Amino acid sequence: MSDLLTSSPVAGLADPERRAAALAAAAEAGWPSTETEEWRYSPVNDLGIEGLSPAPAPGAPADVPDLPLADRAASVTVVDGAVVDIVIGAGWAEKGLVVEVLTSPGRLADSGVDADVGDEEVTAYDLLHQAWSPGALVIRTPAGLSVREPVVVHTHHAAVGAVSFPDLVIEAGEGSDLTVVEHQTSAPGAGASVPRVELRVGDAARLRYQVLQDLGRDHVQLARQRSSVGAQATLVSGIAAFGGRYTRLRSDSALVGRGGTANLVAAYYGDGTQIHDFRTFQHHHARHTRSDLLFKGAQDDASGSIYTGMIHIHPDGAGSNAFQTNRNIKLSPDAWAWSVPNLEIENNDVRCSHASTVSPVDADQQFYLQARGVPPVAADRLIVAGFFDEVIERLPAAGLRDEVRRLVAAKLDTRGAVDAPETPGAEAVDR
Amino acid sequence: MSQLVIRGLRAAVGSRVILNGIDLEIGSGEVHAVMGPNGAGKSTLSHVLMGRPGYEVLGGTATLDGADLLALAPWERAQAGLFLAMQYPTEVPGVSVVDTLRAAELATVGAGQAVPDGALEDRLAAEATRVGLDSALLERALNVDLSGGEKKRLETVQLTVLKPRFAILDELDSGLDVDALRAVARRVEDATNADGLGVLVITHYSRLLTELRPDRVHVLAQGRIVASGGPELADELEVSGYAGYAEAADGGGEGAGSGAGRPAVDPLADPFADPLA
Repeated sequence: MSDLLTSSPVAGLADPERRAAALAAAAEAGWPSTETEEWRYSPVNDLGIEGLSPAPAPGAPADVPDLPLADRAASVTVVDGAVVDIVIGAGWAEKGLVVEVLTSPGRLADSGVDADVGDEEVTAYDLLHQAWSPGALVIRTPAGLSVREPVVVHTHHAAVGAVSFPDLVIEAGEGSDLTVVEHQTSAPGAGASVPRVELRVGDAARLRYQVLQDLGRDHVQLARQRSSVGAQATLVSGIAAFGGRYTRLRSDSALVGRGGTANLVAAYYGDGTQIHDFRTFQHHHARHTRSDLLFKGAQDDASGSIYTGMIHIHPDGAGSNAFQTNRNIKLSPDAWAWSVPNLEIENNDVRCSHASTVSPVDADQQFYLQARGVPPVAADRLIVAGFFDEVIERLPAAGLRDEVRRLVAAKLDTRGAVDAPETPGAEAVDR
Repeated sequence: MSQLVIRGLRAAVGSRVILNGIDLEIGSGEVHAVMGPNGAGKSTLSHVLMGRPGYEVLGGTATLDGADLLALAPWERAQAGLFLAMQYPTEVPGVSVVDTLRAAELATVGAGQAVPDGALEDRLAAEATRVGLDSALLERALNVDLSGGEKKRLETVQLTVLKPRFAILDELDSGLDVDALRAVARRVEDATNADGLGVLVITHYSRLLTELRPDRVHVLAQGRIVASGGPELADELEVSGYAGYAEAADGGGEGAGSGAGRPAVDPLADPFADPLA
């Protein structure tokens, strides 16, 4: 039986020896198991990713969905992990905005962010990414440059029956200001993607990174995002997740410079049998750092979500503030949500809090709206949209908030009418 | 001319019977006050009439122009012309009053009923002005971070924009300063005159009734109307309190006549105690 772990390296990619070594290491490591803490709550044994093959280089131009964002500093299209188009807006290249492709693999292992994030598990997915990713898209601002319009990245998966390995590195130079919006989409049919994202926020810089995940219902995503935030710098990282069959994001945010801030927000909404899985780490390595995480999700039909989170205040994190809030609305008796927040504090001079809730639509709120003459379905629609409003208002790309509201409304409008997966054989994950 | 008619209404919360047979009849333009000590069943009456989950109707009827309210879902009762101004208006994060009333009017139109003329936003703004509510609050999430007075003003704004036939005001005076009390009471009084609104005022104190003059005052004690009279009854209660009425309720009525095994009222018990506490 063919297995992704024992496939042969693709010819024509840079640095073949290193890729072959990564592939051998992946085979050695084997697929992750739910017996480890990292994957304990995640249905990784049932993903069906093993039988897929690495995505070949994209052929004919794919039909990549667009976003309603008029003003852009740059626009990039990535298909099946390969950068196929870069358009930089007038004047920005001259001012120093860099949007380029780096084809040397192994970035994940070499990165400075690695040391910042610290002791993390390198999984078969990470090693396969090193073996197969055709190249990293790098977006970089020089010191002091303020880029007013967003850089938009369309990350599209087109190859049916294949796995793609997108790679994105964003570096906001000292004192610079940058917004990047990434739109993740996929063509109908079974497929998987293993994206890796690295965010480096220089001292006093401000980086806003917004993902809009609108993948197809047969798509499996195993994403990883790592960030490193310098002194007096601010990272705002936002995720709005609506699509996919099973999508997982592991996010590590390291605050490495004094006075740095990381605001981490997510809105996710599953229906049918979708599963949205988040595992977050807020690492406070420096004094007077601040992290504020707010993840809010809704689960309808037989869908589910998993949130496991850790605030880790390292010994040098005196004077830090760290907050972690995960709230879920269960819209159906068959829906499920697990929420497991955690703290690990190695310095006493800190202020930390975590909170998590999983509950149905609030009965008092339902009664209040119904007492004003609002029918139950419309009342629930208002309450759920209102529930997301708090987190949508905090999403980093202001120009995308209405689009996220529209996607929430689209989910609410199709309640009870969600189709089975598009391809026969792509069975729902059974929990 | 509309009629809200309540006959022999009995209701329980869990295993505890709170309403022991309520009879009330309210016509268009009339203001009826139901007064009573804490725990008499005043708020239960308002919740049962609006259909709040958790209250079990044991018997009796409530009709609005012949329509059986007790058979309707809460939103259908509202569409039938009933309004409840709540004692503790619920905070609904992320949902504005404009969105709420638009959804309500959409259902009204969907049912083939007419809604008041004019854009909803304009009507809301005009009513906000009339009760002294900052119209910027109309865009904000319902009742979130509003003061007690702002919440009650907002309840009144919703009442007057929706134009129901009958409104239950459940302790509208709680949490209100004198100015807000006067503003909302006058607005409701105007609606009784201009629109023929019938009002059931539920209150502990007669403070509100000096601004919103009742046609009839009823004393509710231990789940029954134990006395009814004109506005002078409210003044009397202000002086004498409810203590005498608690005993009157316990002495009469069905079930108590047999005398077997019914505990006497503890003379030391606090007549204002909440039986649900």
